[in-house]
Amino acid sequence: MDRSAVDTKIRELAESFNKKGVTITENTTFANDLEFDSLTVMDFVAEIEDEFDIIISMNQQAEIENYGQLVDAVTKLQAD
Amino acid sequence: MSEGIIQPDRPEDIDGEGKDLFSKFDDMIALREGILATGVEDPFNLVMEKVLSPTRAICNGRDTILLGTYNYMGMTFDPDVVEAGRQALSDFGSGTTGSRVLNGTYQGHKEVEQALMDFYAMDHAMVFSTGYQANLGIISTIAGKGDYIVLDIDSHASIWDGCAMGNAEVVPFKHNDIEAMEKRLKRIPEGAGKLVVLEGVYSMLGDIAPLKEMVAVAKKYGAMVLVDEAHSMGFIGENGRGVVEQAGVIDDVDFIIGTFSKSVGTVGGFCVSNHPKFEIMRLVCRPYVFTASLPPSVVATAETSIRKLMRGSNKRAHLWENSKTLHKGLRELGFQLGTAEPQSAIIAVIMPDLEQGAAMWEALIKGGLYVNLARPPATPANMTLLRCSLCAEHSEEEVREILGIFEAAGKAVGII
Repeated sequence: MDRSAVDTKIRELAESFNKKGVTITENTTFANDLEFDSLTVMDFVAEIEDEFDIIISMNQQAEIENYGQLVDAVTKLQAD
Repeated sequence: MSEGIIQPDRPEDIDGEGKDLFSKFDDMIALREGILATGVEDPFNLVMEKVLSPTRAICNGRDTILLGTYNYMGMTFDPDVVEAGRQALSDFGSGTTGSRVLNGTYQGHKEVEQALMDFYAMDHAMVFSTGYQANLGIISTIAGKGDYIVLDIDSHASIWDGCAMGNAEVVPFKHNDIEAMEKRLKRIPEGAGKLVVLEGVYSMLGDIAPLKEMVAVAKKYGAMVLVDEAHSMGFIGENGRGVVEQAGVIDDVDFIIGTFSKSVGTVGGFCVSNHPKFEIMRLVCRPYVFTASLPPSVVATAETSIRKLMRGSNKRAHLWENSKTLHKGLRELGFQLGTAEPQSAIIAVIMPDLEQGAAMWEALIKGGLYVNLARPPATPANMTLLRCSLCAEHSEEEVREILGIFEAAGKAVGII
């Protein structure tokens, strides 16, 4: 799956978590812009992991602050 | 999940906010001041002026029933336990002033390790200075770079901190969700080392893990399994070995972590294992090596207590009766509880919100009952809980008295 396909899929998954309907760009941050708390992050990550059949470990999550970084990471993980 | 008052068990990064390194705590300071400004008695600043027994103390000047300690088996005032400590204090002095691997291993440390091997019927036992250090040390030491730790999201802070201190990949799964755990194990690259970390009893809601199924899944994927049995020792399982024993999987578990600060009634932590190479831990585990060993009086009280717990079936039965009576009584009064049936000696009463939770806590303490107030973010699903932990020394009459205090407080605050 290429980056834009991964992007489309993750956008779809993010919808139900994006309670305030924030417009998501590459630079949208999860903590500040989307205001995800740790429980939301866990559920969101679990959905992405199941969709792409990958593991995003906490160590990897620590490096991901914005939406663009998440799409990059998932694109790379699902290609491996 | 556990004792974190205004912090979650899973550590959070807090960004710096300028020159004063304390600025990053301003939100927490405001939060705390906000609670106290409502005029309630500070739930997190209780002082016990006098301890009368395992179940009674003078708290903030009032005679109080203790229903929020981890003194499950009531061993703290056992005459044999107290006498063993007194004797060791006279014979061996007040402290060891050294590491277990240098000058800090006395006869008593070997004896308490033997008592643990006998209690669990395992080949190896290693005693740490606290339960926190046991998890910190074992997890951070055995799971290294390139290994994977798969753990329950509601794990205790000591488990999270053990993960943070090591270099393994950390993969949490939804609380007690067997399928979520299996999916993650399945995705780990072939050949990588895997450690599954579980708890027998989760201390916030007092619920137990489905260990029979989870341990089987872990073994299917070739993972080693570590189970923290801090909140079950002495009263769950036929010999009090914990949920692993009750579930019939103790032989499939690689490491059991436990503590002396709950049922055993003193302080300290341990790991027991049948792994043939286990003894090397004593040389490579930093939280074991780089700290002073427990004082002789502590290991002597622990050993005596552990050996008495091996014969504690009557007390065990009474603790279960207490747990069932309190659970049933609170449910009948109309309180919402953390589990549908009592699964351990912890009964969590779910409060509608933090404000009413704090008001209820205050009404209880003024009525002569101490429970733990647990609040977000230390709790699962951001709940506010009044956590009740029972003791084998609570009499039937005390349990009735407890229910009476709950009824009066609940009505006064308007929760029931």
